[in-house]
Amino acid sequence: MALLEIVNLTVDFATATGSLRAVDGINLTINEGEIVAIVGESGSGKSVGMLALMGLLPWTSTVTADRISFDGQDLLNMTEKQRRKIIGKDISMIFQEPMTSLNPCFTVGYQITEVLCQHFGGKRKSYNKKAIELLNQVGIPAAESRLNSFPHQLSGGMCQRVMIAMMIACKPKLLIADEPTTALDVTIQAQILELLIELQQSHGMALVLITHDMAVVAETAERVIVLYAGQQVEQRKVKELFDNPKHPYSEALLNALPERAQDKLLNAIPGVVPGQMDRPKGCLFSPRCNYAQELCSEEKAPLKDGILCHFPLDLSKSRKPKAINVETG
Amino acid sequence: MVPVFFGVTLVAFGFIRVLPGDPVEVLAGERGVSPERHAELLAQLGFDKPLWQQYFSYIGDIFQGDLGTSLITNRPVVEEFFELFPATAELGLCAILFALIIGIPAGIIAAIKRGTWIDQGIMSISLTGYSMPIFWWGLLLIMLFSNTLNLTPVSGRLSFLFDVPPVTGFMLIDTLLSDEKGSFLNALHHLVLPSIVLGTIPLAVIARQTRSAMLEVLSEDYVRTARAKGLSTYRVVAIHALRNAMITVVTVIGLQVSLLLAGAILTETIFGWPGIGKWIIFSVFSRDYFAVQGGLLLIATSIMIVNLIVDLLYGFINPRILHQKSKS
Ligand SMILES: Nc1ncnc2c1ncn2[C@@H]1O[C@H](COP(=O)(O)OP(=O)(O)OP(=O)(O)O)[C@@H](O)[C@H]1O
Ligand SMILES: [Mg+2]
Repeated sequence: MALLEIVNLTVDFATATGSLRAVDGINLTINEGEIVAIVGESGSGKSVGMLALMGLLPWTSTVTADRISFDGQDLLNMTEKQRRKIIGKDISMIFQEPMTSLNPCFTVGYQITEVLCQHFGGKRKSYNKKAIELLNQVGIPAAESRLNSFPHQLSGGMCQRVMIAMMIACKPKLLIADEPTTALDVTIQAQILELLIELQQSHGMALVLITHDMAVVAETAERVIVLYAGQQVEQRKVKELFDNPKHPYSEALLNALPERAQDKLLNAIPGVVPGQMDRPKGCLFSPRCNYAQELCSEEKAPLKDGILCHFPLDLSKSRKPKAINVETG
Repeated sequence: MVPVFFGVTLVAFGFIRVLPGDPVEVLAGERGVSPERHAELLAQLGFDKPLWQQYFSYIGDIFQGDLGTSLITNRPVVEEFFELFPATAELGLCAILFALIIGIPAGIIAAIKRGTWIDQGIMSISLTGYSMPIFWWGLLLIMLFSNTLNLTPVSGRLSFLFDVPPVTGFMLIDTLLSDEKGSFLNALHHLVLPSIVLGTIPLAVIARQTRSAMLEVLSEDYVRTARAKGLSTYRVVAIHALRNAMITVVTVIGLQVSLLLAGAILTETIFGWPGIGKWIIFSVFSRDYFAVQGGLLLIATSIMIVNLIVDLLYGFINPRILHQKSKS
């Protein structure tokens, strides 16, 4: 049985200008010990989707789903209190901005031991040794003296390590990492990713890695889910997706990778993700799609084999997508 | 610090001299005094000299630690000040305490329930409190609680039935130290209405400030982290959010202190409270130049000291400041 099963998850925000659909019918299944990547441009609903799962969205949001079950429990019809027993213990999440995600008023030691107290009870002080152990595990030097540091005394990379230590403290079965390296510089990025993978393997936990970097996906994940404007446009094995992307948006993301650039220029995707006001009538990606046909801008795309497209690509048949490009675009 | 000092002395010196009349006239009262005698007395007190000379002798005396002698009571101004100061401090502390105990929870509740009628209710009451004239509010409460309901005493700090020797000047402490039975409760009884009247505006300000600080803090990333840890709502709000919100609220409390002293002048007058506020008003009305000059300077100094304490407190709850200070 799958560890996590999400069916048809939708999130709406009430905003001053009306309702905004940030996540539009996502389906997600995650097995134990698996690494799944969620990719998509900024604003495609990656964070919102996972925050909805955690129950961490602000009060302006409305979350609906046909089913959200985790480890045999129904997260959807659970009281807040019941959910809090799972959140932070069996499912935990680390965030995009390490510097602001730690409370500036409390020491690192306090923030780590607090979560242990919450889920296992007992005195905070009794977890000091465990906290030092955790800090060692995430590669923080001089862990013992770091317990009394405040977040502002640490670098961004260190803060993210502390976050990771805090979130793996209760040995979660599922860790969601929301762009854990976006705010960090390149050398640190690789280290943090390596650390996450290492922990995932030693703890045997499932890992959801949110990123907009296809290169990271290729290196780490087994499966990948591509989101566009809140919709799940493709869900495949990583290797399959890289060899043979079916959705034009996935292909565009791959083509944007520097090493895949066919010309000297990077193949950036023209245009931006549609916002609340300019949502197209048909397929949401159609205005930016190289392969769009008349039908695409009129009718919503159908979901076939996990691919949301009127005309899925198939590179194994025709190796020359550029030709189509010339014809239709 | 230095410009503040000169500013205060200039204002204290100038303000009382701008008012019509002089101490001699006031002392003479309705009987009046002949112009010759008037001039003679003024000269005796040194008030015939040019203003700048008077100012320099005032400053000179201050540097020698002499704040002058009251023209009315003939006692050193410093002595009078420190005798009356505890009464005002006690009233002010109780007022702030009242404001904090009600204002902070009210602000937190309003923030958590934002947009609901609870929030709107709390905020309209606080706005009403903020715009309530102290004088009118004081009289209203006296009429209700003292005259109609007979629940609280009308004026003073302690009933005349008790004989409590002054030790600290703080009536609540002195009554506890003395062996007069029931005097502590009596002192507390006297404090209730004045503290409410004086604390109302700070209460309104603190409630509003707490609400807006909480609203801001509740949307911070670290609050989301706290929730992601599975902490109870109580811990998230009262530990993680409140601690950060207090950093701004403490600054506001610091700013309230000077307003509190201004309010104390009115409150003490309404409730016959023998403190600095009533004393300063009395000194102004009797054109006691020296008492006003010295008294205002001492009041300004105490405000600065309180602000310093608030600054230290600020560093205490905000680790970032603490570490900056210890480094430099
Ligand atoms: N609290 C909120 N209120 C209203 N709209 C929101 C809120 N949070 C997110 N959104 C909207 O939801 C959409 C999806 O946002 P989300 O943060 O999930 O994007 P993302 O894929 O994580 O992007 P990024 O790569 O920048 O993190 C965006 O259009 C955003 O404006
Ligand atoms: Mg995001």
